[in-house]
Amino acid sequence: MDGLLQPETDAAPDTASADPLTLYGRAMASRLLLGTARYPSPHILSDAIAASGAAIVTVSLRREAIGLRREAEGDGAGFWDIVKNSGAALLPNTAGCRTAREAVTTAQMARELFGTSWVKLEVIGGEDTLHPDVFGLVDAARTLTSEGFEVFPYTTDDLSVAERLLAAGCEVLMPWGAPIGTGRGLADPYALRMMRAAFPEIPLIVDAGLGRPSHAAEAMELGLDAALLNTAVALAGDPVEMARAFAGAVEAGRRAWRADPMEPRDMAAPSTPIDGLAQFNEPGAVGPSAPR
Amino acid sequence: MKIERITIIVNGAPRETEAATLAGLLDELRAREGLSIEAVATAVNGVFAPAAARASTPLKERDAVEILSPRQGG
Repeated sequence: MDGLLQPETDAAPDTASADPLTLYGRAMASRLLLGTARYPSPHILSDAIAASGAAIVTVSLRREAIGLRREAEGDGAGFWDIVKNSGAALLPNTAGCRTAREAVTTAQMARELFGTSWVKLEVIGGEDTLHPDVFGLVDAARTLTSEGFEVFPYTTDDLSVAERLLAAGCEVLMPWGAPIGTGRGLADPYALRMMRAAFPEIPLIVDAGLGRPSHAAEAMELGLDAALLNTAVALAGDPVEMARAFAGAVEAGRRAWRADPMEPRDMAAPSTPIDGLAQFNEPGAVGPSAPR
Repeated sequence: MKIERITIIVNGAPRETEAATLAGLLDELRAREGLSIEAVATAVNGVFAPAAARASTPLKERDAVEILSPRQGG
């Protein structure tokens, strides 16, 4: 309905289009990176990628099953067609590698197979925690950048490790939110805030541990540049709807960061002006009833 | 002429082969196992073997060959 006080319809500028994420010289249309594992079916994976709007999807390399023709879900060939047709840039990972040497060989194989020099570098320190082996990570990063790779290192929020990775030639850092697959959200937001402050010009992508869209929004609000997630979407009851929810959360968090959120304070402060407050004193009462 | 057979490890499993090179092994797997060699990457004994080098990569007894293909990943 038309009302006297209807605001002018001055559409908010689309900050997303004016705010591209640039990774190794490539401008990305989305700040959400989506993993492709653990979906209920290839069809749902395909729909989830589309719903997320992700400009980058992560992929992996695994042993070809010699002598077995795999027709069911998980079939490498069917999967490969889906990601190729998704239009998203491919970010191959070195998931499961336990040493720098394994990770380097896997990255070399991935570069040939996927036709990209991008690699999400994982060197894993333990089965139960899947924490980054930061020493192996720095070694592998150094080798790979010298071979022309563009490395996206899955790392902790440790600042010294981050410095070593940058010195090794990385131009992007991917600190964890929490261990892979836990869905716990940001275990240490303060550390990520410190990382943002320490490396204001380096793209920071929170990778792993996100469970809900609010976790992604929190990471973006505190200034990280993008979010990479997989399990939170793949294992949701409705992965496609959850992909859409994460897309909204990442965009909302980014807009909030750019809008410079207010600082929290301990005491209440009225948002409605005090000036001009009506006074409804009882007849004969003495003194104002206005708040002190 | 006697064909020499060697036993190698392919993706973790022992396999007898007449192939003398990595390219020969892939041809054999394509012919007998239906392997699609377009979408695989290879390594021998932990070292990346680029597609262009497969024909000149010899195989010997107990070599460990990895043949990997694209898969879902996070």
